[in-house]
Amino acid sequence: MKKWNLMVDVGRCHNSQNCFLSVADEYQGNTHNGYTAPMPAHGHRWIDVKKKERGQVPMVDVAYAPTTCMHCDDAPCIAAAENGAVKKREDGIVLIDPKLAKGQKQLVDACPYGAIWWNEELEVPQHWNFDAHLLDSGWKEPRCVQACPTGALRSVLVEDAEMAKLKAKEGLEELHPEHGTKPRVWYKNLHLYQKCFIGGTVVAVADGVEDCLEGAIAVLNKGGEKLGEAVSDTFGEFKFDSLDPNSGDYRIDILHPDFESLSINVSLEESVYTGVHTLQPRQ
Amino acid sequence: MKFALILYGLQWALRVTGWIYPAFKKRLKEKDMTVQIRVADDSMGRVFTFKAGRVTSKSGVLEGCDVDISVKSAALGADLMMPPIDHLKRIEAIKAFALMAVGPDELVNWFSETVYLMQRIGWSWGTPAANGETRYVNNTNGGPVFVYEKDGKIVRLTPIDFDDDDAGTWTIEARGKKFTPPRKTSISPHGLASKSLIYSKDRNLYPMKRVDFDPNGERNLQNRGTSGYQRISWDEALDIVEAEIKRVNRQYGPGAILASRSSHHTWGNIGYYISAFNRFTNIIGATQTMLNPDSWEGWYWGAMHHYGHSMRNGAAEIYGQVEDCLQEAELIVFWASDPEVTNGVYGSFEGTIRRQWAQELGIKMIHIDPYLNETAAFLGGKWIAPRPSTSPALAQAITYVWMTEGLYDKEYVEKRTTGFDKWQEYILGKDEEGIVRTPEWAEEETGVPARDIRALAREWASKKTYLAAGSMGTTLGGACRSATGAQWARAMICLMAMQGLGKPGVNFGGLQFGAPIDYNFYFPGYAEGGFSGDLQNSGNAISLYQRMPHLISMNPTMQQVPRLKMPEAILEGKAEGYPIDIRSIEGQFFPVNYPAPGHSEVRMMYKYGGSYIGTQPDSNRYVRMYQSENLEFVVAQAIWNEGEVHFADVILPACTSFERWDIGEWANPGGYGYDWVGQLNHRVIGLQHKAIEPLGESKSDFQILQEVCKRLGHGAYFSEGLTELDWVKRVFDASDLPKHISWKKFLKKGYFVVPPEPEQSRPKTSYRWFAEGRKKDVPEPHPLPGSYGEDFLDGLQTQSGKIEFESNSLKRYGNDPERPPLNKYIPAWEGIHTSELFEKYPLQLFSPHARYSFHTKGDGKGSSINDIEDHRREIDGYFYWIARLNPADAAARGIKENDLVKMYNDRGAVICAAHITERVRPGMIHSRQASAVYDPVGKPGYSADRGGCINNLTPRRTQSLKTHSAAYNSCLIEVELWDGGPDIGKGGGTPTAASADPAPELEPAE
Repeated sequence: MKKWNLMVDVGRCHNSQNCFLSVADEYQGNTHNGYTAPMPAHGHRWIDVKKKERGQVPMVDVAYAPTTCMHCDDAPCIAAAENGAVKKREDGIVLIDPKLAKGQKQLVDACPYGAIWWNEELEVPQHWNFDAHLLDSGWKEPRCVQACPTGALRSVLVEDAEMAKLKAKEGLEELHPEHGTKPRVWYKNLHLYQKCFIGGTVVAVADGVEDCLEGAIAVLNKGGEKLGEAVSDTFGEFKFDSLDPNSGDYRIDILHPDFESLSINVSLEESVYTGVHTLQPRQ
Repeated sequence: MKFALILYGLQWALRVTGWIYPAFKKRLKEKDMTVQIRVADDSMGRVFTFKAGRVTSKSGVLEGCDVDISVKSAALGADLMMPPIDHLKRIEAIKAFALMAVGPDELVNWFSETVYLMQRIGWSWGTPAANGETRYVNNTNGGPVFVYEKDGKIVRLTPIDFDDDDAGTWTIEARGKKFTPPRKTSISPHGLASKSLIYSKDRNLYPMKRVDFDPNGERNLQNRGTSGYQRISWDEALDIVEAEIKRVNRQYGPGAILASRSSHHTWGNIGYYISAFNRFTNIIGATQTMLNPDSWEGWYWGAMHHYGHSMRNGAAEIYGQVEDCLQEAELIVFWASDPEVTNGVYGSFEGTIRRQWAQELGIKMIHIDPYLNETAAFLGGKWIAPRPSTSPALAQAITYVWMTEGLYDKEYVEKRTTGFDKWQEYILGKDEEGIVRTPEWAEEETGVPARDIRALAREWASKKTYLAAGSMGTTLGGACRSATGAQWARAMICLMAMQGLGKPGVNFGGLQFGAPIDYNFYFPGYAEGGFSGDLQNSGNAISLYQRMPHLISMNPTMQQVPRLKMPEAILEGKAEGYPIDIRSIEGQFFPVNYPAPGHSEVRMMYKYGGSYIGTQPDSNRYVRMYQSENLEFVVAQAIWNEGEVHFADVILPACTSFERWDIGEWANPGGYGYDWVGQLNHRVIGLQHKAIEPLGESKSDFQILQEVCKRLGHGAYFSEGLTELDWVKRVFDASDLPKHISWKKFLKKGYFVVPPEPEQSRPKTSYRWFAEGRKKDVPEPHPLPGSYGEDFLDGLQTQSGKIEFESNSLKRYGNDPERPPLNKYIPAWEGIHTSELFEKYPLQLFSPHARYSFHTKGDGKGSSINDIEDHRREIDGYFYWIARLNPADAAARGIKENDLVKMYNDRGAVICAAHITERVRPGMIHSRQASAVYDPVGKPGYSADRGGCINNLTPRRTQSLKTHSAAYNSCLIEVELWDGGPDIGKGGGTPTAASADPAPELEPAE
């Protein structure tokens, strides 16, 4: 049985918000009988683009992670629902029935991803249901995918075995594997959103003129073990990525054949730009 | 004999059409009237009688008919009335008074429209879709859309997926890879959010009158902006407008009516302001608002003097850069260029995938911007953050490194440029100023470390580099909107002149413009004027007028009000500006003064839309202008009640482009925006189906203007007796569309994809001709033939035909100390060097365009865009505009994320939600332009604005005094936690009302 999956590439998302706006357009002011009650004009983000800014001036990067209903195979909302108000369809889509779910606010709390929204006026829990009503009437992909300008969102209707292959091939991850809900939304380049970097600038002074130093080798060490190397670029900048936040003490050795080595210690909490490091000429 | 037969046949045609089509039968029942059609000498004629839906006719000439249509001869009559209608012959006859229609405008128009209706009554449109929906097509400022309608309501809007019948797609080969864009259109957020704006809570649905405005008694002009409104009928509203037009004309004379509009409109060639509104204001005779070149500014007033391109307002050539960049370039320097936010201009996300290809090819990127913009965040690469308004100093230091290290194209400089020696003297400090423009000097100015400037200069010169300058990449926008805007744009030209502009891999562009599409397929852009007939103030004369002969219109009132000085014109009765006259480089040197000789001062304003408080600098001025006794009447014709619309005395509700007919091409302005379709991966020409009936009592702009014209006896002249749909068909006929698609099919399907240009005939790369010393070979009809100093097509528009480091045109002008012939660094007149002010207001306000809204369009008004956390922040039920601060500046003031803060200076105060971010360099605040909401906490014009109009803060001074240019990004402010009060200036202790008027109740969240 082929089932729907959504793939999110954090490396390609640039926060156009076209996914959110597609959902707003599709559900605000519209009743899709048997699928959804109207979404409120304000306050709901059934697809919610989360932002992560890392680093400090001048080394800053920004990642965006669209989050939504994960269409879990072990969906806590199904367990929490009364009257069978939440269904798992054969195509993998989780559907909250707007009539049966009326008044069931516990569904909002049941979702560990925070992807179910409470419609105060209609007293119904709501989520993004993969545009099931459109797929059922012949659409080939949900609207958020169609309107995504960067290819950050892709939807596939495949057997689970096929999806497993895709997952391995593209290095896809779950947003929060610790929730253990078997989601059908997969993330790529998640480190940009969830992990940290350590960066810095290497410079040297000759004849009183300071210049960026290209080609210096920065070596990252933790607990006496070498974790990796980075080479400084034209602007003298180096960067180590994919480190865990709050992961403790690191040492970086900066090496260059023409200069004395220099070491810096970093106690990593969040992404950090360590500043400008001036190498002294070898004596 | 033939004429007599045609007239006899007309009776039967009307009758038979009524039998077949119930809608036509209904139409015939609308009026009881008699129409005489005759030869002027009464030698022949026929009288048509419409009564209770029945049409009868009788041969002969009868006195006293309701409408009397006469032609000079029977032969001419036969010629004019024999389908298909020859519009050229028809308007020739009208102009020569050989075809006359006399009678009440309402009836003349009705009869003409009824006759035309016969030919289109059988038309059908739209595509059936699932669930009983019908799929239509429309265009927005953010891209074309499918519109799904059911039961008279719009269900959804989506981008367009092409089908197998649509034309193919191009492929570019670069470095062993093949790149093809997806077969669909992309869309900007403000386009995608259109439905929430169509059904906005702030739509003007009924004609309104200010409650305390009595045109025959107390007008209470001082209460504009605070009075409430009462609903009135269309007749009452039009009665007032008609009476006021007639009154001020008779009382004051020509010039008394000011026509005021913004720079953009909802999409569509017929309804666009350059079409319908230009025709209207020309017909009634109105003082025009003289726009500043608001997206060009520094390019127009500055860059043009080094390399020409006056007919592009100083912007660069835009051909072939996508292919050349992907194939040849090694580095792209984005300088004040954020195409992922500005989408070029109307270009949706068409350039996005090309920039992803560049990433895939490993082309390096550098981003110069005080803010880590979205393009930088998306693509990565070194971020260099100069202080706002200081970029020209950065450019000079780069130049210094190139000169002193020999890192420039000496042969190119020798052969293709002039004035380099003088420029070198200046940069190296060998001139009278004696300042050496070193990276260390520039570090002081810009805050960019000297080492980074050297690294940038060397990296740039060592690689084949594209300079993506401004919003288009191929220039336009960007840092051109500050006190140093002209200097920056000039600097960009001078830098490229040293690196060999036009050589393979060396050009302007950030992959936003210059796609390999068909540039020859003709479809008019909106700036070609639609049916305006305006040959002076639109691009009509270039192509459209020949292809679609229509009655010309010309404004008998020669007075203009410079837009940036409009408040001074009204309040002080005097204003000077400089024009956008693109025929030559020198067009901009001619001052325009208000009042014009012999003209009346402005006494009435016909306001179209309501964006000025959100978009114009020092915009509290505009608020005060509206409250002036000098403006005796203000009528606002607008879709939404936003901005200054609620300062009008009468509001005329206009409908959106989804509720009327139109036609247009995606991203095609034409005229000054010649070939801007070069941003697109596919040219898409869209019919703009009327998908739903106008909401409430709103009407299309065309209809409203026609109604006013009818009351002045100009109704038939305004429309030529045609409806909007007839005009849409005429635009279709005037274009190249009929060669490729039948009207019937186009009407039904709603769009056409222009086939791509075959690979062998794609346009040449911009400036390659110049770099190689050949004659110009890119397909733009610029400059005018007389602008070539020697042979036609030989060289640039400058006096020397070369890129001029020392500008000859500025030398000849010799009259502007702020624009010397050499692009000298003159620090901003409001910035870090204005010490007293800087001490008081130590933060630079940086206000680029908004990302999710398009100017004021898409913002406020209950739009779904308000829920985007990078657009507005909902705090206690109110959607606040966002001020972005560096953590250091925030901490120094005790400001935390989402705190409500007051940004202020002597000009105003604006309340925003604080967003603390490392994307902003220290010492500045980033807050985007163009709030649609003006919501003063106290007295309008004199108190803090809670709506987010940050232009309450920006300076009114033009970039240089002898230009008409805005300098939004040279603005000093301070920020503090908001104390809840209305005061402009530093708050303190208990909030007190600044004025005698109590603060009005704060409005609930939208």
